[in-house]
Amino acid sequence: MTVDASRGAEAPPELVQLLTPEGERVEHPDYDIDLTPDEVRSLYRDLVLVRRIDLEAVALQRQGELGIWASLLGQEAAQIGSGRALTDADMAFPTYREHGVAWCRDVDPVKLLGLFRGVNHGGWDPAEHNFHLYTIVIGSQTLHAVGYAMGIQRDGANAATIAYFGDGATSQGDVNESFIWASVFNAPIVFFCQNNQWAISEPLEKQTRIPLYRRASGFGFPGIRVDGNDVFACLAVTRKALEAARTGQGPTLIEAFTYRMGAHTTTDDPTRYRVASELEAWKLKDPIERLKAYLFKNELADQEFIDSVEAEAEDLGADLRRRCLEMPDPKPLDIFDHVYRSSHALIDEERAQYAAYLEGFES
Amino acid sequence: MTMLTLSKAINEGLRRAMEDDPKVLIMGEDVGKLGGVFRVTDGLQKDFGEDRVIDTPLAESGIIGTAIGLALRGYRPICEIQFDGFVFPAADQIITQLAKMPLRSLGAIKLPVVVRIPCGGGIGAVEHHSESPEAYFTHTGGLRVVACSNPADAYSMIQQAVRSDDPVIFFEPKRRYWEKADVDTATTDWWTPFDRASVVRQGSDITLLAYGPMVKTCLEAATAAQEEGRSIEVVDLRSLNPLDFPTVMESARKTGRVIVVHEAPVYNGFGAELAARITESCFYHLESPVLRVGGFSTPYPPSKLEEHYLPDLDRVLDAVDRAFTY
Repeated sequence: MTVDASRGAEAPPELVQLLTPEGERVEHPDYDIDLTPDEVRSLYRDLVLVRRIDLEAVALQRQGELGIWASLLGQEAAQIGSGRALTDADMAFPTYREHGVAWCRDVDPVKLLGLFRGVNHGGWDPAEHNFHLYTIVIGSQTLHAVGYAMGIQRDGANAATIAYFGDGATSQGDVNESFIWASVFNAPIVFFCQNNQWAISEPLEKQTRIPLYRRASGFGFPGIRVDGNDVFACLAVTRKALEAARTGQGPTLIEAFTYRMGAHTTTDDPTRYRVASELEAWKLKDPIERLKAYLFKNELADQEFIDSVEAEAEDLGADLRRRCLEMPDPKPLDIFDHVYRSSHALIDEERAQYAAYLEGFES
Repeated sequence: MTMLTLSKAINEGLRRAMEDDPKVLIMGEDVGKLGGVFRVTDGLQKDFGEDRVIDTPLAESGIIGTAIGLALRGYRPICEIQFDGFVFPAADQIITQLAKMPLRSLGAIKLPVVVRIPCGGGIGAVEHHSESPEAYFTHTGGLRVVACSNPADAYSMIQQAVRSDDPVIFFEPKRRYWEKADVDTATTDWWTPFDRASVVRQGSDITLLAYGPMVKTCLEAATAAQEEGRSIEVVDLRSLNPLDFPTVMESARKTGRVIVVHEAPVYNGFGAELAARITESCFYHLESPVLRVGGFSTPYPPSKLEEHYLPDLDRVLDAVDRAFTY
């Protein structure tokens, strides 16, 4: 089915969609999803809570408690849909914007803040959550994800990896190399591209002349474009691609067609490069509003449920704020920790010298 | 004792490492059937299979990036970069990811990845096949950087590099690949830890500090100087990060004169670090400034000119003479 979700200039893209912006459930010949009412309500709760985490982080940045924040506003369905498609054994490789996927992998939200508050470079154990650290260099993680998938292959494990990246990253050499590697080695991986239309100030036209999902065919594996604001479609498409990967059918590129409703990061000013009407048009496709409409239309939830999720979100936000402020600052000599696994003469020497220097102030 | 070329010594070391640990993998361009362009991995794919000796697509960033992913899954990849000048497409993955990811994880992640790089000139090659990029990597915290100079060290150091839980950049002096020596492959008693320097020739008048391909050149210079009555000590640094500074300092204090020799450009080269450190630590022991012999501040020249670019016995001895004018 064809829906006009383009930014206006290009031809309407083919999208897999199971839930319209108005909250109507629609059928697709290749993708279906069968969710219990509890599961649908749970997805709604996920979407609302991660938006609230994001909102609180933006506020914390505005108040000087975070140095910077990369907002996921508008991309909740893409992240929750794909994140909830993962099994515990699957491994996810995020960018720095995948707060929703982190939520699905049970990473404590306050641990996401360490990097942005400047107390560390990433505060969770990837193996504990099967959720890798945020990668800031654009596209680098796609190669790590393919290598990890090659390891899964060698282990004979029933698992897959998913690599997250954005539309801008598709121009990076590493992303293209990861496509080649995945294809040649038939690696169990899903490439999940959130096309949010903007790479900071550069529109999609600066990255590509063809729809991104069609890049896959040149590398020899399937590509599919999904409505990134439709949590049902994202879940269904990702589930199918992960299962294909796990069963030896190789990689899939999923282009989740969505929109970055906020700034690139809190340091960005999108009013310099995009028109307000574009954002207004995308607000009508909001991922949370459409699921809420679906819940009401099908009498799967009442206002009391919606209010209870709101209340939970408020508590989550307040708790996140409190624990962010309580986060201890690192100690000066922490600089030297974890650079190497085993003792290293140079680091040991510099640590001792700096410790002695600091002690000079204490007497 | 087995007589091995340096190339074969690394091959034997790799074979041992693969036998010892099934998680050890080899990956790179042409490392399989061909055995690598220098035959360092000769026969390994035949014996360990295509899943453990992986012929990769021709993209260096991809080699290092996927090796990182394999290491995250518990493997111990050994990557071959075909030539020194081709490491730069992989520099991003090495510097921004391989070196920094363990710290980023607060120690939760280990990345036991070895990056083997044939380095240096002297084989009459075309551009990008004769470079000495070690200083780029010694300047990056999180990497261990080592350079072997002879078959025995090559054999032991590659195995120590593979066993290391830190990422290791492993430089191999390509023009010495065909040099032969006896290697004791039966025991490990003789192994020197791969982060230690070795005094490879005792002397009393002046110290030459070298690593990789220049160690042999310095040993030859020491032999020649002996005929003129000068006693030269030669230290093979072996490890550039970390640096075994106590060994360097001891030699510098003993002889009072130090010359650093490397193929890489002198300007901002590894020798600058050595000269600065020796000056700071041995100032009152020095009879002359620390001198440096190395490549020029130019791109590596066409091969017909490389004998002018590369330090040789005469340029080393010229520096020795200059050191004694102070």
